[in-house]
Amino acid sequence: MLKTPLHKLHQDLGAKMGEFAGYDMPLFYGEGVIAEHKWVRESAGLFDVSHMGQVSFVGKNVPQFFQKLTPSWFETLPESKAKYTVLMNEQGGIIDDFIVTNMGEEHFFAVINAGCKDKDIAWFEKHLPEDIDMHEHKDRALLALQGPKSETVLSSILNLDFSALGFMQANEYEHPEFGLLTISRLGYTGEDGFEISVLNQYAPALWNALLEKEAVKPIGLAARDGLRLEMGYPLYGHELDETTSPIEADLSWVVSKNNTGFIGADRVLKEKEAGVTCKRFGIKLLDRGVAREGTEVFCHEGKKLGVMTSGGHSPILNASVGMAYLDEACQSDTGVYVRVRNRNLSARIVDLPFIEARTKSNVKKQVKERSNG
Amino acid sequence: MADVKYTKDHEVVKIDGDIVSIGISEYAQDALGDLVFVELPDVGRTLDKKEDFAVVESVKTAAEVYTPVAGEVVEVNEALNDNLDLIKESIENGWIAKIKVSDAGMLAELMDEVAYKDYLASL
Repeated sequence: MLKTPLHKLHQDLGAKMGEFAGYDMPLFYGEGVIAEHKWVRESAGLFDVSHMGQVSFVGKNVPQFFQKLTPSWFETLPESKAKYTVLMNEQGGIIDDFIVTNMGEEHFFAVINAGCKDKDIAWFEKHLPEDIDMHEHKDRALLALQGPKSETVLSSILNLDFSALGFMQANEYEHPEFGLLTISRLGYTGEDGFEISVLNQYAPALWNALLEKEAVKPIGLAARDGLRLEMGYPLYGHELDETTSPIEADLSWVVSKNNTGFIGADRVLKEKEAGVTCKRFGIKLLDRGVAREGTEVFCHEGKKLGVMTSGGHSPILNASVGMAYLDEACQSDTGVYVRVRNRNLSARIVDLPFIEARTKSNVKKQVKERSNG
Repeated sequence: MADVKYTKDHEVVKIDGDIVSIGISEYAQDALGDLVFVELPDVGRTLDKKEDFAVVESVKTAAEVYTPVAGEVVEVNEALNDNLDLIKESIENGWIAKIKVSDAGMLAELMDEVAYKDYLASL
């Protein structure tokens, strides 16, 4: 099994390890999944996400390249801004979902899902024009520091000021102790936080320095899944796959009205106009119990509406939450049933996210709304 | 004096005459991790030997709880609905259901603590 540069540190911390996308990764540490989950929402959690792929693209036509491979628009993406988008196949399905950042000077930086690395890179290569250089940074680890105390902690460890770095923004830093760092203000937890791309040889020292702070605890992939679930973020292989379109996935916001020439546009633009037969919704249980992936959803009259693609216990709401692809005619705030082991449990179709994001842009908005009111 | 036995599926069985209380062992608790819910059976339900009668849901997974003996559910531990941590305390507090045994002969097949420890070591 593959290992990240932090593998030994996870073992030393007593992590329960498990396989994820071919890597031996920490699932949780000593205190358990629920404690870790809450810690991220209250303080700061440190994740090893080095299994994800980091790829650079350099050339003056990189925006046009991504406009062919994704439904988004990159020509107007400002320097140091990051964008979430999806990699499309010819059938209008999703090869992967990923984040691309304009690092400036014709350099774009993409972070792709661990389980999709090989096929993504093959797809990039297949469509890569001669004037673009692509490079996978196998020499880099990726740490995520997530939670309300992340900025304070990271600033004090690196002796850098992040107050001007906004949500979905990134910068490169040449650090005297930890070398070249690419720091992005984003993550997949709904909290304020950072992803830090660091050369493999400096990754253990940076990891340990962050963990020395009282506000920081290591967090495994199990809590990461619960955190993204509460935010209603799709996870590739669950909510998204090669047959699902971005419109079905309720990601129509990634489809730019400027972009009509991307791979898979035929289906996507048609669906945008005419609608789809099923769409991604949030499901929250009213009854006690846990509805997991594969659980069927029914309307009160007994008709099957669809199937859940993710589901689990939300430690913050103390209820089972998940996502499902349901009949497009379904409406938020409708009562439904989910069938768990031959029992009908009462549930509700709800708008996503299940809890409000507290990313930096949202924090500002909330303060503004409060001062206006 | 009540007798505590174990199954190969990691249930704990406390025997008081013809009533057995069934819970899950420490080994099972560790394997499940953080618990979030237990689905209790209906009182009065008749169970066959090795039938599943309850489900313990953790963050990770759902585990069915089996009865090693045939019988009737005479009581369920409603206190678990308010405090799942009781499961981790002891069989005295953390039992899931009490079953009136219809065939006591089956109890002989269960492991005592020493045999269960050997069994765990062999896994």
